[in-house]
Amino acid sequence: MQEALRILGSDAQLVELPEIVEQARHVRRSEENRSRSLPLTIRGLRKSFGDNEVLRGIDLHIPAGQFVAIVGKSGCGKSTLLRLIAGLETATSGTISFDEELDPADIRVMFQEPRLLPWARVLSNVEVGLGQERNSPDAQARAVHALEEVGLSEKRGEWPAVLSGGQKQRVALARALVSNPKVLAFDEPLGALDALTRIFMQQLLERVWRDQGFTAILVTHDVAEAVALADRVLVIEDGQIAQDVSVDIPRPRRRGSADLAALEGSILRQLLKSTDDPSNP
Amino acid sequence: MSVIETLPRARKALRLPRPDGLIPWIVPLAIIAIWQLACVTGFVSARVLPAPSDVVLAGWKLVLSGELARNIWVSFWRASVGFLIGGGIGFAFGLANGLSQLSSKLTDTTLQMVRNIPHLALIPLVILWFGIDETAKLFLVALGVFFPIYLNTLHGIRTVDPQLIEMGRVYGMTDGELFRRVIFPGALPSIFVGLRFALGIMWLTLIVAETIAASSGLGYMAMQAREFMLIDVVVLSILIYALLGKLADSASRALERLTLSWHPAFQKH
Ligand SMILES: Nc1ncnc2c1ncn2[C@@H]1O[C@H](COP(=O)(O)OP(=O)(O)OP(=O)(O)O)[C@@H](O)[C@H]1O
Ligand SMILES: [Mg+2]
Repeated sequence: MQEALRILGSDAQLVELPEIVEQARHVRRSEENRSRSLPLTIRGLRKSFGDNEVLRGIDLHIPAGQFVAIVGKSGCGKSTLLRLIAGLETATSGTISFDEELDPADIRVMFQEPRLLPWARVLSNVEVGLGQERNSPDAQARAVHALEEVGLSEKRGEWPAVLSGGQKQRVALARALVSNPKVLAFDEPLGALDALTRIFMQQLLERVWRDQGFTAILVTHDVAEAVALADRVLVIEDGQIAQDVSVDIPRPRRRGSADLAALEGSILRQLLKSTDDPSNP
Repeated sequence: MSVIETLPRARKALRLPRPDGLIPWIVPLAIIAIWQLACVTGFVSARVLPAPSDVVLAGWKLVLSGELARNIWVSFWRASVGFLIGGGIGFAFGLANGLSQLSSKLTDTTLQMVRNIPHLALIPLVILWFGIDETAKLFLVALGVFFPIYLNTLHGIRTVDPQLIEMGRVYGMTDGELFRRVIFPGALPSIFVGLRFALGIMWLTLIVAETIAASSGLGYMAMQAREFMLIDVVVLSILIYALLGKLADSASRALERLTLSWHPAFQKH
């Protein structure tokens, strides 16, 4: 039972001029970036760990360049789905296909933990993200550029141990970005950060997504974060996609606006209803 | 200009001799002073314990005759060659068993069993096999050094953060790169623990082996001196052993500081 909710921004007529310009720029960018992102199609995807069937038939198409958020209760299989997409697990049955032959550097994952090498300087950690191009002559320049992108180029010579949690996560983002991936999967990358740093990081994520145009798949337990960032929110329940909600609110979105709150509320209600439902296993 | 402003500078000037660098030396120096005093006043008989000055004098004589340098060199050579052989084999087994399931299944249980034999208990056997020539001492040192290096290398490799290994694989590292950039640096702190343990065992083994079965080296020098009641030379040998042990330890610490500078524990400025 999948239903698609379509919620239009109710104050669309109130959009101010600079926002229109911003939107136009966004459209143009996404045209340019089409070649730098890949669509993704999942058919009948199932995954079991022993007797525990975590994913029970996922069918999903993500167009190139879309920003998709995946929400759901803890343990519902969000990370598992992401790891399957990233090729870190093998499916029990079903397929995941991208439009073209995928180079390993075309898909990158950002985990909840930064997973930086403690014995490598910040810059070398970012260079790790280049994969097999690590030894190319412009490797260092590209790593510096990626660090500039996340606003940390002055920390390039530091050990990861001296960075704050948010800075480590930004280095991890730079490492994920440096190979210009076509698909970027995030597994609760902001889960461990404080509220203010989270908002800053959300804006950073949105900005790099708009600049680079990759297909973004963000797993989060924060519905507000999902509706603020994504074009589309998927709710996973009982190993299937229970809701597929388009977020047609124009960007840049104002945090705390009525539209976002309404959408967040409706998704949360659905999530909670299924929790209260006694007929639910 | 004001007094307050010049105060910190004065304090800085006073701190120049680094009192925290001198503090550890106060107790050893005091002990030597009391020891010297006790001997000079006749409180301790020279046949029980020679005065520090006598020990220095004995040392100076041995330096002049060239005997001291020769014996230290022989002991040093035995220690390092035995260490390199035993440590090298232990390291190789640690790597192999940490990285390969097959290798681990094949050899780990055997090695864990052999580990329970105190290597010094083998001395009679080793003398029977090799007599008292160099092989016997090298064998004992190598055997003693093998286990701490083996066990800690293995432990270090097995406890490298699996999340980092997964990260390395996701980012397309080859097996060689994964080892060089993730596994080995991750195992290094543990390998150093093994190294420091091994250095201690190395000297201990050598002292015992040279005392029991040798015709040169520091331990032999001490035993010779005992025969001729040269107690100052006996004390001198003991002190030199202590000094060499301390030297090896400092060297490994320096190496550790150099290679583990990323580690939060070594980032005191
Ligand atoms: N490697 C594994 N082996 C066995 N079971 C696993 C494994 N990985 C995940 N599972 C199981 O699969 C289920 C879904 O796990 P998953 O990590 O995908 O949940 P999640 O939705 O990401 O939860 P959270 O929001 O808490 O991160 C859980 O019941 C978990 O126990
Ligand atoms: Mg998860």
